[in-house]
Amino acid sequence: MINVSKLKKGIVIDHIEEGRGYYIFKELKLNEIKDPVVLMQNIPSRKMGKKDLIKIETDLDLDLNALGLINPNATINIVKNGELVRKFKLTLPKKVSGLLVCKNPRCITQSEYIPSIDFYLVDEDKKTYRCEYCDTYTTYMEK
Amino acid sequence: MLKGRNLIEPGDFSIQELDEIFRLADTIIAEQGRFIDICKGKLLASLFYEPSTRTRFSFESAMLRLGGQVIGFDNPSNSSVSKGETIGDTIRTVACYADIAVIRHPREGTAKLVSEFSNGMPIINAGDGGHEHPTQTLTDLLTIHYEKKRLSNLKIGVCGDLLFGRTIHSFVKTMNRYPDNQFVFISPKELQMPEHFLNLLPKNAYVETDDLANAISDLDILYMSRVQRERFVNEAEYMRLKDYYILTRKKLSLAKEDMIVMHPLPRVNEIAREVDSDPRAVYFEQARYGMYVRMALIAKLLGVLS
Repeated sequence: MINVSKLKKGIVIDHIEEGRGYYIFKELKLNEIKDPVVLMQNIPSRKMGKKDLIKIETDLDLDLNALGLINPNATINIVKNGELVRKFKLTLPKKVSGLLVCKNPRCITQSEYIPSIDFYLVDEDKKTYRCEYCDTYTTYMEK
Repeated sequence: MLKGRNLIEPGDFSIQELDEIFRLADTIIAEQGRFIDICKGKLLASLFYEPSTRTRFSFESAMLRLGGQVIGFDNPSNSSVSKGETIGDTIRTVACYADIAVIRHPREGTAKLVSEFSNGMPIINAGDGGHEHPTQTLTDLLTIHYEKKRLSNLKIGVCGDLLFGRTIHSFVKTMNRYPDNQFVFISPKELQMPEHFLNLLPKNAYVETDDLANAISDLDILYMSRVQRERFVNEAEYMRLKDYYILTRKKLSLAKEDMIVMHPLPRVNEIAREVDSDPRAVYFEQARYGMYVRMALIAKLLGVLS
């Protein structure tokens, strides 16, 4: 077992489904931050069999909407001064902004630049969202 | 309070607010002389990025009949759009000159987008692609209010292009807000109601069929629609579906004596000309109600009566 030292400050994203840690890493653009980041994959887990885990030693605010969309069942641990100060489970966000692209070729968002488009959750099981402009349903797909 | 509001989709207004517009339309129809200059000094911007006869003329004539004036275009190549201007910039500029704007655009969601840039100038959606056409819905409801004397407890057949038909979507969504209305969706498989739309309706509020002759006998309203050539990518598919339904005098003989036939117009072949003289055909009356309801809407959004 590889050991990674305990965080003094930052965020631990735990209980990531096996193999999805890399998607989260990419989606949160963790390769672009200057603080220490560790992505661990295929860690043995009693509950999950195997899981992924990300540790970020930073003061950075995470986009929990993005995270909830990619892996709604992950756990977030916030650490300050070496102590766990907050722990919570993610849920699928009711509204996501700037993360999805409308699939409707006739939607105005396809021809005009709109920096952040809102999508509203309509089906939790299928991760389906409704475009705020044309009402077309779009399902979140991993890139 | 409707002053300063936008109308992007029919759901923007409560049932009470819709009734308020219909009551004013009633008064305008009964006493037109009282309203000839209530919009004096006001400007309507008429921004039509797509061809239109009825909707544009009815808005423009509505504003002129209220004593206001109209600026705008009916061909985007005559505007700065042809220079690559964004629609947000266009509407910001228009808002410096006009008091209210009407917009039709082929892209879905455009009216909502422009309302984010209009700086308080009311925006009326006159059709955005296959999405919504709320003032046609006001027209339809005012027609039913006059012809059937009620907006609830009706069996409504909707026939034709239910996939791309924006008038149909706005109409059904709004009639579903009134109690005890039932819908019969009549279309070929390729042009059925979109799934996201059906999800908005209670399962027991509608049935789907492709058989007009079989469905017509117990309807209170038959709403016909055109198969829209401009929404098809494939011409052969359009040619195959365009004459799928034709309402003839023979088919109409199967309907109830007090059923009404509605159509947002323009029609192509879906209603035979022989039906025009049947008292149940109200589609040209519908176009007339459209002007009155738009007069009431403009007056309410400008707040000129308060």
